[in-house]
Amino acid sequence: MHVDLYEKIWMYAAGAIIVVFLASMGYTTLGRAMQPPSHVETIDPASVRTDEEFGRPGVTIHEDGSATVVVQAFMFAFLPLEIRVPRGRDVTFRMTSPDVIHGFQIVQTNGNTMVVPGYVSQFTTRFDTPGEYLIVCNEYCGVGHHVMSATLIVEDAPGTAGASAGIESSAATEGDR
Amino acid sequence: MIHSRKLTLANFWVAIGAFAVASGMAFMQSLSRANLDLPFRTASVYYMSVTAHGVLMALVFTTFFIMGFGYVVAERALGRPIVSRRLAWGSWWVALIGTGMAAAVILWGRATVLYTFYPPLQAHPLFYIGAALLVVGSWGWCWVMARTWMTWKKANPGVRTPLPVHGMLATIIVWVLATIGVAAEVLILLIPWSLGIVDTVDPLLARTLFWWFGHPLVYFWVLPAYVIWYTITPRIAGGKLFSDPLARLAFVMLLLLSTPVGFHHQLVDPGVQAGWKLFHTFNTQLILFPSFVTAFTVIASFEIAGRMKGARGLLNWLEELPWGDPAFSSVALAMLMFAVGGFGGAINAAYGMNAMVHNTAWIQGHFHLTVGTAVALTFMGTSYYLMPRLTGRELELSLLARIQPYLWFGGMLLFSIANHLTGLAGMPRRVYDASYGGSEIAQQWVAGTGISAVGGILLFISAACYVAVMLGTGLAGRRIDPEPIEFAEPLQGENGNAPILDRFGLWFIVAAILVIAAYAWPIFEHLRMERFGSPGFAPF
Repeated sequence: MHVDLYEKIWMYAAGAIIVVFLASMGYTTLGRAMQPPSHVETIDPASVRTDEEFGRPGVTIHEDGSATVVVQAFMFAFLPLEIRVPRGRDVTFRMTSPDVIHGFQIVQTNGNTMVVPGYVSQFTTRFDTPGEYLIVCNEYCGVGHHVMSATLIVEDAPGTAGASAGIESSAATEGDR
Repeated sequence: MIHSRKLTLANFWVAIGAFAVASGMAFMQSLSRANLDLPFRTASVYYMSVTAHGVLMALVFTTFFIMGFGYVVAERALGRPIVSRRLAWGSWWVALIGTGMAAAVILWGRATVLYTFYPPLQAHPLFYIGAALLVVGSWGWCWVMARTWMTWKKANPGVRTPLPVHGMLATIIVWVLATIGVAAEVLILLIPWSLGIVDTVDPLLARTLFWWFGHPLVYFWVLPAYVIWYTITPRIAGGKLFSDPLARLAFVMLLLLSTPVGFHHQLVDPGVQAGWKLFHTFNTQLILFPSFVTAFTVIASFEIAGRMKGARGLLNWLEELPWGDPAFSSVALAMLMFAVGGFGGAINAAYGMNAMVHNTAWIQGHFHLTVGTAVALTFMGTSYYLMPRLTGRELELSLLARIQPYLWFGGMLLFSIANHLTGLAGMPRRVYDASYGGSEIAQQWVAGTGISAVGGILLFISAACYVAVMLGTGLAGRRIDPEPIEFAEPLQGENGNAPILDRFGLWFIVAAILVIAAYAWPIFEHLRMERFGSPGFAPF
């Protein structure tokens, strides 16, 4: 098959660009352990409101300073409405929905996950900049979708200095139904 | 000569009608997002109109236009009438009735589930049944097209399949593989559930089946646009196709790679293992290759056109191109936007970066460049070329037709840049009102939504011009002796090389194996999990 020289060069360049894209993704995935939230755990949506864990949403600070945030996303709010987490520590978010699909997006960060009824979403992240963040639902969930929001407050934890921030996240246990 | 003119036009008119209604919806939405107080502006009307806009543009306008265009390509390039015109008409009726059913329940407010219809949001059963009929109608079209090609092949042994037909066959294979996913979702999960035959549905399984369909759906739109770029536009520009075999290579690669990629729409979904997401991400990045090849080949074809008209300098061939002919300018502008949209797409599908843009306004900024411009503007430009040739009427209001592509380009530039930026600043997509109770962070988006609204106004004017030209031409155009529809000649003369690119049976099998590799195991694993279904909700 005849291919013009210039087009050949172009095709090699296109191939090189794709290789660079793939390599950078391979590096961040394998080298930096950067993964999108892909937790696999199921839960009966009918039991969410009475569930031991999700029926009592809130923030738990662990001994090592890390935090676990349990969130219930439902039409058309998040519980808790205000989430306070320590700066510079691992924060593990665990959430689910008793009704339809929602989104959980901490605006201007890469904290972003879908919340699907029947499944538990979970991701661990860290906030280095203290302040107030806006959390919004970013998946259409009905006529009140645009009012579904919450506030995240990142604050300096008491006794932050000297405490070592563990890489391992949270004491969040799997399968709490 | 086109034997099935009436059939083709019937498909085009449904597409144009859907486009007209959906454009009005879009106008209202872009103003609403800028928080302008309009009469009848309520959240439920807004979300209803987003549903109508998505369904009518993404599913109805595209599908009917592609069906009509497919018949034109088959009859003109193969030089024979399509087989079974009766089945083709039957398919048109089935798709039209399905569209009518779905549109009626949407406008009635009983199916405000957006065009992605993720359960457990539950629409009226007629919405799902209507959507299924639209797909069944399109299957009829696939059958007619494929049979027409096979009949031609039998009568012309050893003759190479003409390039435009090659591209349409790739389109059909993509569509057949894609619609298996949505057919399974709608027929097995959603219709029984919406009728109350079963109580619950697994929302994640439904999402997975939807995106099995949802991404190749994109290529179902893009491939016919590529057929136009490769085989019609170079001819309109007065040039030749730079490389026939590379065009075929691009079609085959798109056919193979467009389906095993759906998880890149679910990168932040729970319940799907990271490894499968990564696999689909890799496949997605490979799709960039055929699009890079297309960019080179088509632009080189335009350069040939400029040089054939006497251009000698490095870039002055650009000046020789027919920028005043909307059939050309629309495609050239559409390609420009597609280049930007393509890079944005690589970001969306990037495993890590996706989390910054997932479900933000960035996404609608992105797909209005790809389907909303690369595809839609190409189809509009192509109607300026085809309508006079099919109706035997001169293009009416041709001044409007000439400015329409530029208006679209300008409007989309404003709309899309604004949405990309507000999306990066965290504004979610699909919201009626993005003020979040006066949140300071949300205030940063106000300038962007304003610019996007100005873009929306320009786009609406452009859409109105298009519809006016089409109606004017169809109803009142001066009768003329129609010129023939012609395809670009390849530069290299007869191209007997790389015959393997024409082995559609083989490519269909390879594509099916890739789909199985991408989906069989994750779906099997998923079904083995202990899962809890959801009842339906209709919070609209």
